[in-house]
Amino acid sequence: MSNIIEVKNLTKRFNGFTAVDNISFEVKKGEIFAFLGPNGAGKTTTIKMLTTLLNPSSGQLLIDGHSSITDRNRARLTFGIVFQDPSLDDELTAYENMYFHSVLYKVPRAIRKARIKQLMEFVELWDRKEELVKRFSGGMKRRLEIARGFLHHPKVLFLDEPTLGLDPQTTNHIWTYIKDLNKKEGTTFFFTTHYMAEAEKIADRIAIIDRGKIIIIGTLAELKNKTRTDSLEDAFLALTGKKLRDEEASTLELLRTRRKMRHH
Amino acid sequence: MSTIYILWLRQVKRYLRSRSRIIGSLAQPLLFLVALGFGFGPIFQKAGEGNYIDFLVPGVIAMSILFTSMFTGIEIIWDRQFGFLKETLVAPVSRLHIMIGRTLGGATVAIIQGIIIFLLSFFVGFRPYSLPLLPLAFIFMFLIAIIFTALGTAIASKLEDMQGFQLIMNFIIMPTFFLSGALFPLKEIPKILEIIVKFNPLAYGVDSIRGTLVNSSYFGLQTDVSVLIFLAIVLLSLGSYLFNKIQI
Repeated sequence: MSNIIEVKNLTKRFNGFTAVDNISFEVKKGEIFAFLGPNGAGKTTTIKMLTTLLNPSSGQLLIDGHSSITDRNRARLTFGIVFQDPSLDDELTAYENMYFHSVLYKVPRAIRKARIKQLMEFVELWDRKEELVKRFSGGMKRRLEIARGFLHHPKVLFLDEPTLGLDPQTTNHIWTYIKDLNKKEGTTFFFTTHYMAEAEKIADRIAIIDRGKIIIIGTLAELKNKTRTDSLEDAFLALTGKKLRDEEASTLELLRTRRKMRHH
Repeated sequence: MSTIYILWLRQVKRYLRSRSRIIGSLAQPLLFLVALGFGFGPIFQKAGEGNYIDFLVPGVIAMSILFTSMFTGIEIIWDRQFGFLKETLVAPVSRLHIMIGRTLGGATVAIIQGIIIFLLSFFVGFRPYSLPLLPLAFIFMFLIAIIFTALGTAIASKLEDMQGFQLIMNFIIMPTFFLSGALFPLKEIPKILEIIVKFNPLAYGVDSIRGTLVNSSYFGLQTDVSVLIFLAIVLLSLGSYLFNKIQI
């Protein structure tokens, strides 16, 4: 099959509020797919459902043919995810974080060390493998997470705001890693971002979601054509409007603020 | 199986690497032991109850186990958003294994703390009355650790914010400790207190350690064993159930 992700009539309701409203789309194998939307559009909810963290209210999700709902563990083996907030263990070394992942994802013992080395060298962190992750900068943590996400050679890598808050050098490196893995291993990438200029440069196809519904899917050229604009950013604003989207801070955002206070 | 092992290993490594946390968390129990032990000692003796230090050591051991276990459980609140726990929830492993690994790891750390306190109490003159019973005492300590790590896990699985943590500290952990007979004998306490104590899991834990270390059990070791094992099973089940339902 040429579709590695298939979403059909996916809906999620929370206490009467419909966060994701009957969306359907496919992602082709080997694509770099950008999933864009304003705040509160339903992107995070969709990604959570795709990555088995949240149960849909209704609809179907297939990753490499496995249902994210009924065939969880097999679906989980086919994808990796890099969350917006780091999910590394700060009190363990970089190597240990990679090692633990390899155990959880059942990477065969004989090749564990070699693969960890290969990936850590790929993101240029091998010489710091014995350092505790709490000493790493945000950019280094993100690079480590990308290496870790790929450790079990997933067919799809999900990334939620992969370059948020990073310096230009690291950002550049990260997009290079993604392009490399995409070309060399044929890995499909599914990412969300607010940085339109980046999405423009790297994505094969883009879906824009707003208020729980998919407004448009297509290549950059198709989007610009349909909205008669010159850039992804303009197309995005044309489709989703220029009004501010005020949201209530979620508990996650409160925790993030507290965390930033702690670390500064 | 390997999942359980690495989650256990993770808890233990984290503990062993945080020297300041180890020392800091020993301070409070030791303070209680030394201050109350030597402070109330003479009066306790005069009231015919014997050596207060001997009485207190089991209570203080239980204290350190209680605190350490609950903290491990509660760590989940933070861990699930910003830590390794999130990674484990998305991995192709059974949640039950994750929970068991974590609980065993937390209990191991708690019992190490308990044993350190036990050894340090030798410096203030404490001696266990029976060496052969020591392993039994350690088993009881482990049971207490399991119970409270599972309880901490159960509670933390339902909380989303660190605010709840303060409430837990003041309304669950402290009362559990103070109303468990850790600090005072249960012999002639007012009826109301007696009822509360009888419903407090830690009371049986303290009593069991006191029974095996200084031969002074109020409920009887048989009762203690039955209650503790029963509670361990109940709380492990409850903890696993709630942990399983965590949605980020």
